[in-house]
Amino acid sequence: MLTLFDKLWNSHAIAADGMGADLIAIDRAMLHERTGGVALKSLYEAGYKVKAPSRVFAIMDHIVSFREGRGRDEARSPGGSVFITETRALAKKVGIHLIDTDDPHQGIVHVVAPELGIALPGLSLVCPDSHTCSLGALGCLAIGIGSSDVGHVMATGVLRATKPRQLRIKINGKFKEGVYAKDIALFLISNYGADGAKRRAIEFCGPVIDEMTLEERLTLCNMAVEFSAYTAVIAPDEKVFRYVHGTQFSPDKEEWESAKQFWTDLFTDDYANFDEEIEINADAIEPMITWGTSPEHASCVSKGVPLLSALGAAKHNNIKTAMAYMDVKPDDQFQDLTIAGAFIGSCTNGRLSDLREAARILKGKSVAQGVRAVCVPGSWSVRRQAEKEGIDIIFKAAGFEWGTPGCAMCFYAGGETFAPGGRVISSTNRNFEGRQGPGVRTHLASPATVAASAIAGRIVVASQIEEFEGAA
Amino acid sequence: MMKTRQPFLRHTGVAAVFMQDNIDTDQIIPSREMVSVSRNGLGVGLFAGQRYLSSKKRTPNPDFVLNAPAYRDASIFLSGMNFGCGSSREHAVWALEDFGIRVIIAQSFGEIFQSNCARNGVCAISLGAEEIEQLADYVSHDPQENRLIIDLEKKAIQTSTGAKLEFYFEVDPYHLKLLLEGIDPIGLTLKMSQDIDQFIVDDSANRPWLYTGD
Repeated sequence: MLTLFDKLWNSHAIAADGMGADLIAIDRAMLHERTGGVALKSLYEAGYKVKAPSRVFAIMDHIVSFREGRGRDEARSPGGSVFITETRALAKKVGIHLIDTDDPHQGIVHVVAPELGIALPGLSLVCPDSHTCSLGALGCLAIGIGSSDVGHVMATGVLRATKPRQLRIKINGKFKEGVYAKDIALFLISNYGADGAKRRAIEFCGPVIDEMTLEERLTLCNMAVEFSAYTAVIAPDEKVFRYVHGTQFSPDKEEWESAKQFWTDLFTDDYANFDEEIEINADAIEPMITWGTSPEHASCVSKGVPLLSALGAAKHNNIKTAMAYMDVKPDDQFQDLTIAGAFIGSCTNGRLSDLREAARILKGKSVAQGVRAVCVPGSWSVRRQAEKEGIDIIFKAAGFEWGTPGCAMCFYAGGETFAPGGRVISSTNRNFEGRQGPGVRTHLASPATVAASAIAGRIVVASQIEEFEGAA
Repeated sequence: MMKTRQPFLRHTGVAAVFMQDNIDTDQIIPSREMVSVSRNGLGVGLFAGQRYLSSKKRTPNPDFVLNAPAYRDASIFLSGMNFGCGSSREHAVWALEDFGIRVIIAQSFGEIFQSNCARNGVCAISLGAEEIEQLADYVSHDPQENRLIIDLEKKAIQTSTGAKLEFYFEVDPYHLKLLLEGIDPIGLTLKMSQDIDQFIVDDSANRPWLYTGD
């Protein structure tokens, strides 16, 4: 009786290292210029060779400019170009795949990986990036690691890792209208705490997961690291197979059927053991918003900022600091909080379905005065398809800036950002103090809630727009 | 070969008390402080968002723990839950190490951060809330005098003044080996190349498409 995670782990475990860890064969490694460049450099300087260059992929996303018509080396922060140029030069030198700033497939690594079939069911993947867990949505073993460890993987072909304990989260019921994968993630984290997964590998399952598109599953798994999970996995199904079929790095015609056969066995056996199992009901979940500086500081948009008495006493010091930074008080209503910025994009919510949902709300409407609204599609593939569907026209007509793919305003790197003290609603993953710029106050939400708030000029859900439209 | 580092056996030092939960790696080293493709010189950017009143002029913020005279030369950090959560950036550990932090004692850690610590000779110890509270209480009476001793071989935390306070902790065996021996794990793993290559040969029969470029 094995879990999906057991199957993924066992099929890559080469040997025990005699110290409690396993040598895990890594099928593919991905790098980006921010943390991967330094890994390549250290490896190169130490004189180690990359063992299987054809299974390593460098993608430019973190520091690239999101300006329309950006230059090949153009960074979004002063001095950032060196990350692009050095990573490019090293990638060429060691002969790994390079998806450069001007590549038609460039985008955020976790958005691009499924689009190109770099991520596939049953694979083991690493990337020196914490949101690598997103890719577990395809039914693969996807592990975020540090730069030194990815150097180790490139040199040896394996990761040394201790097998984590496992947590199964079953999601029953059905989504309400206007509720998305992002809301489920924030609901879980706010209920169990940012430390709630306790470094265990999560398997998401249940009727809601079965119903979800792959893109929604990617959003949910993306947020697993904000829940302190080791990684997340979801059993792959036809939706996943369709998504990756015919992509550049997926099995060819002749090998497709046998690969698919292997993938269909990737599920948790009946009676397999988990360290813990949680069941939640999606019927009870409403659109969520964060009010503090940790993803655990989240509540329903309709309920307002919680009272201190509703939160554990042990957390009060942290909460007071967070509320002071965010300039909110207990019992503040979100619709009373006016915003200065709105951002749609990132590895969490920068995919086509996210842009479609936001466009549905933005259509024929205008961003409130005084709000800087920015949309940066997660990849060129997303952007091209969105433009084919006229989504860019809707965004631009509403007053959104339409950016060139990359991580963009998910994190501040020293360049362009929102004004200090500005309140920003964002479809990203982290509301940490200063994450989007010094003094910037980030509220996390789904793309739909970001779009609605951009129009209202205050934090609202789509059904409230008419009440506030043009009033801010 | 990659440089092997000094083994971590035992450390005595001043402990700074920073009892917050969820100290994320963006706080430890803001992205704007990562200005070159390098592991070096990051100490000056450590906690830059809170440590300085002005990040450009680097004017120290007197209210920040590491600027307090009582915590001068701190090399140990006492903190709350989920320390080092967030971004995988190893720069967070490189910044701590460059600043002189050798030990972090917290209730729990971000998974990637804790691995990164072991890879860089920084000892990240998980301990119960009550135990950390007792250590913080002991230290804060006179941080310069009341130092902590971390004995990694014994997996014990003791006090420099002989106060009756001693705690034992657990460390991941692989992390323990990295710390105690200061080894380069690439060299260690390359000794197992035969097993690794055999796996690839065997697996190629099942997934030939994966290895076509090898």
